[in-house]
Amino acid sequence: MAAIKPGESYGFFTDTSICIGCKACEVACKEWNQLEGNSPQFLADSFDNTGQLDAQNWRHVKFYDKVPDNPTNAGSGTAWLMMSDVCKHCKQASCMEVCPTGAIVRTEFDTVFIQQDVCNGCRNCVAACPYSVIGMNQQTGTAHKCTLCYDRLQGGLQPACAKACPTQSIRFGPLAELQQAADVRLATLHSQGVTQAQLYGRDDSVYGGLNAFFLLMDKPETYGLPNAANAHLPSRNDLGGYAIAVVTAVAALVAGLVAFRRRVTG
Amino acid sequence: MLLAASEHFVRAPQWTWFILGYFFFAGLSGGSYAIATLLRLAGDPRDEAAARIGFYVSFVTVLVCPVLLTVDLGAGWVRFWHMLVNVTPGDQGLSFKYWSPMSIGAWTLFVFGLFAAVSALESFLLDRRGSDSRPFGGPLGLLFNVVGTVLALFLASYTGVLLSVSNQPVWSDTWALGGLFLASGLSGSAALIAWMTRYRPDAAYTLLRLHAAAGYFAILELILLVVFFVTIWFAGVAGRTLPLLPLWILAAVGIAAGLVAARRPARIEPAGGTAAVLRAGSNVVLISLLVLIGVLALRAGVIFSAQ
Repeated sequence: MAAIKPGESYGFFTDTSICIGCKACEVACKEWNQLEGNSPQFLADSFDNTGQLDAQNWRHVKFYDKVPDNPTNAGSGTAWLMMSDVCKHCKQASCMEVCPTGAIVRTEFDTVFIQQDVCNGCRNCVAACPYSVIGMNQQTGTAHKCTLCYDRLQGGLQPACAKACPTQSIRFGPLAELQQAADVRLATLHSQGVTQAQLYGRDDSVYGGLNAFFLLMDKPETYGLPNAANAHLPSRNDLGGYAIAVVTAVAALVAGLVAFRRRVTG
Repeated sequence: MLLAASEHFVRAPQWTWFILGYFFFAGLSGGSYAIATLLRLAGDPRDEAAARIGFYVSFVTVLVCPVLLTVDLGAGWVRFWHMLVNVTPGDQGLSFKYWSPMSIGAWTLFVFGLFAAVSALESFLLDRRGSDSRPFGGPLGLLFNVVGTVLALFLASYTGVLLSVSNQPVWSDTWALGGLFLASGLSGSAALIAWMTRYRPDAAYTLLRLHAAAGYFAILELILLVVFFVTIWFAGVAGRTLPLLPLWILAAVGIAAGLVAARRPARIEPAGGTAAVLRAGSNVVLISLLVLIGVLALRAGVIFSAQ
């Protein structure tokens, strides 16, 4: 891969059609970022014992195994769905929009980064993130999520998860290159009759486009991702919320004036 | 502007008891200041005593707010001031984002706190001197109270907008919360000031007017509560509020108490003697308590229906 240069947009292209659910990405992420991980739990949810993205899990391999148990021919059956989930580093990031402290910034690599020394743990970003990515670290009192290995990028290294992925399901690179590769892969799958394959976040239909985008083998909702119709920025309610508050305030002031101008009788 | 059926894949921010407390006291603080100003501007000179109660209540309740917010930050509490100051290297300065209700709210709480403190101090000085001649009187004093009221109304309402400006189910599926919290805060404030008039005989004159105002605010609250449920029903998330039915019932009882107080205010029958006075006083306390519990329950219902 060419040298990593500040000023260029970088991201992940995660091709779920070739994810084998090995969780090497989760391990590599934890190892590089020195994340202790949560206490092991039996979740009774397929091969998933991570559960969710949070302050200790910045990569999470999701398993969707609720498929019909019918015998199928190679290439024509319904397969388990596996997806290595991660922060999407949205172009229009909900977390960044609502953060009151300025802790969430866009880096020189066009990724979304939470500055730990600025964050004060208000959790507004947690309420805003539509992907349930951000988690709170109770020890530090700050919000945590994937940094897209900001420190590695600064050192010219690709993120640990992409480096560790044995099937190249997770690819890292300049966004334009990744988008081209995704288009080619989608066209290949469609030509093979895999018509359900679709790109998620490749274009600007969700949050202005995602720096970490996906090739999915089913609808976004199946993977726990909001579709384009449900991908809203928090600020959509700014105007309506304040408008109704102003109307109420005016009505209340009038009501107060009427009540307090009334003469007391009896 | 009804929202389409929505789907959410978000994590709850764990805004629980401290935030509930903050929303409650912010509503009361803002509401009390606004009512106090209205009494001063539109009321009779005999309403001044109740207006001063309002300023006292506003100041005391606003003092609790930053404490609750700071405690809620947990281990990050030492960085509470980052709400106002951006310490990002190369981007230092005041932090103000007009599109983030939390950012505007932090500034409002800070500035309104100053207004509440000055108004309470002025009330204290007036009470101490036994005078009605305001130290900051005239148009300037009037302007001060009006500006304070604008901030107060914002403080009482922005907490609802803050919830809506998220991607959480229920909260982000309605735009009624700002108005609902404001109406409820005003209703609770009128009830609280009415209660406090028991401890200040010269404020008793305003009791009936406070109950009348509480009735109007309760009507507003009721309308907005209906709007709230209609919007979340259209968004397909109304079912999330069902497990909290007891809270909604308490909220409804609070609204009903405000309406009852307005329709059948506590009167002291001339022939009733001491017993009648005590009974009327107990009624005021009971009604105020029910309204305040309703204010708290409403906020709890909204907060916990998404988490």
